[in-house]
Amino acid sequence: MSSDTATSTGPAPTVYVPSSEALATVLAPGARPPRPGPLSASLTFSWRALLKIKHVPEQLFDVTAFPIIMVLMFTYLFGGALAGNPRDYLQFFLPGIMVTSVVMITMYTGVGLNTDIEKGVFDRFRTLPVWRPAALVGMIVGDVLRYVLAAVVILSVGLALGFRPDGGVLGVLAGIGLLVVFSFAFSWVWTFFGLVLRSEKSVMGASMMVLFPLTFLSNVFVDPSTMPGWLQAFVKANPITHLVSSVRAAMAGTSDAPSMMWTVVWSALFVVVFGTLTMHRYNRR
Amino acid sequence: MSRRTTGLAIEAEGLTRSFGETRALAGLDLEVPAGAVYGVLGPNGAGKTTAVRVLATLLRPDGGRARVFGHDVVAEADAVRARVSLTGQYASLDEDLSGTENLVLLGRLLGLRRPAAQERAEQLLAAFGLTDAAGRQVKKYSGGMRRRIDIAASILNTPDLLFLDEPTTGLDPRSRNQVWEIIRAVVAHGTTVLLTTQYLDEADKLASRIAVVDHGRVIAEGTPGELKSSVGSGTVHLRLRDPEQRSEAERLLRAALGVPVQLEPDPVAMTARVGGDGSDLDASAQAARALGELAGAGIVVDDFSLGQPSLDEVFLALTDHPAVPAEAERDDELEAAR
Repeated sequence: MSSDTATSTGPAPTVYVPSSEALATVLAPGARPPRPGPLSASLTFSWRALLKIKHVPEQLFDVTAFPIIMVLMFTYLFGGALAGNPRDYLQFFLPGIMVTSVVMITMYTGVGLNTDIEKGVFDRFRTLPVWRPAALVGMIVGDVLRYVLAAVVILSVGLALGFRPDGGVLGVLAGIGLLVVFSFAFSWVWTFFGLVLRSEKSVMGASMMVLFPLTFLSNVFVDPSTMPGWLQAFVKANPITHLVSSVRAAMAGTSDAPSMMWTVVWSALFVVVFGTLTMHRYNRR
Repeated sequence: MSRRTTGLAIEAEGLTRSFGETRALAGLDLEVPAGAVYGVLGPNGAGKTTAVRVLATLLRPDGGRARVFGHDVVAEADAVRARVSLTGQYASLDEDLSGTENLVLLGRLLGLRRPAAQERAEQLLAAFGLTDAAGRQVKKYSGGMRRRIDIAASILNTPDLLFLDEPTTGLDPRSRNQVWEIIRAVVAHGTTVLLTTQYLDEADKLASRIAVVDHGRVIAEGTPGELKSSVGSGTVHLRLRDPEQRSEAERLLRAALGVPVQLEPDPVAMTARVGGDGSDLDASAQAARALGELAGAGIVVDDFSLGQPSLDEVFLALTDHPAVPAEAERDDELEAAR
């Protein structure tokens, strides 16, 4: 009979009863620690980005599967027609598709920011007395890790398919380094989009409108010399073209000083212009 | 040791803010004394959330000025941020992260070193009954747990002023009581709380002063008692033993109270408003007299209650319009801010 009572009662459901003693201990005002510096705050925010990858690993799909598909698809689609065989084409094409894939991935920075704002998390971040750009810088630093991962995935696929960079390990590292610096800078375009546009979908849409012409109307897929003059003019001014030329040169073990210079200038420009616009918008809301 | 502050926590004068066509704040004035719970009461769309967002430095006002502990919310936003915390209506934590991770993240951002942040997170989770859920993603928390961890995050740095924007909306009665207990504890330790709510009952239970907000401005302000007596009516609810006696009871009540009596669908139930204009007695005295008359006439009353005026009644009395929920404020704001 006593066992009946025990089974019907079961494990007691734990109901939270606020205890004034427990609350008192956490409410006792302690000394406030000094504020974290800009670097520390930014790194803390990038730790958040890493935790998100830990909890939602599916989000790495776009930096792993997507680049693999891009490499395989274009190598075998264009390779034979453009260079006689896919293997020769890959030698020319790999740095370009690496740039294209990573630059395309940068748009998720804007999408992620937009989602965060929509959900309200940024309200809390914005009431914290920390260096203002830290939340955004940290977010982008977290994304840089994704860019590196994507670049490494593409490089591995390329190496497996027969890509042989003459620049060796150092050349490849230099190429990836340039790409990551540019992508960091370019991400500020998307943080601005993420703040200005209404929804995740519109951020995606607008990003695609920018990214498609920018990546395709460049020297990624073909040598621009066969293009009509007006298109060549656009391709020559396109920052992606400069980036691809400098990455290609680094990986080939040569150097392309003008392209390198333009890549740095464009990167600085993106940070200064879109970083400023982003922060203006971020503070104004 | 204590950072208890005296004087005014918030002074706002003529705050205005529009989102496109919508005037969310239309000259809002507020004086919030430090060290107590101050209630901001109003229906959806009254401007409560916009006011909180301006005062918490999240939104710039179009006009007017506001100071928090003497610091201007626009010009000295950073000094304000160092002393306030906000628990908004919407997710104010990262739902993908666990409870511990969220609190450690915020602790780090407030300048705690890693071990100290970890220790603080554990303390807070224990005090808020969330130790078992510490490693779980916040999006998997129940509504009550969500509110608790939101508040835990807000008191991580024991702020001098805590904004709670409708902290109990959508909670079941038990979770609501837990939140109330927490709010009382927070205030007892010297933190000023600005609480927005749609429920007069909640403001009444927690706040020492209340501002009633409608269409972006304060339409009444005072202690809960002052506010209710300014409205001056409550509701008497009666249940008789014998339905046969109801028409007799109705006649007696109408005579005693001087107001129309409403017959409920339940054949023994009836309600009437008491303490309205034109009476020199307060609601309870009027109700007592009416009850006496019924007893004198041999009518047996099984159940009797005297209720406070509802928010709707307060609104009707103050504005001549009921507290109809306007379009959701924040949606407007998001629309217009872009």
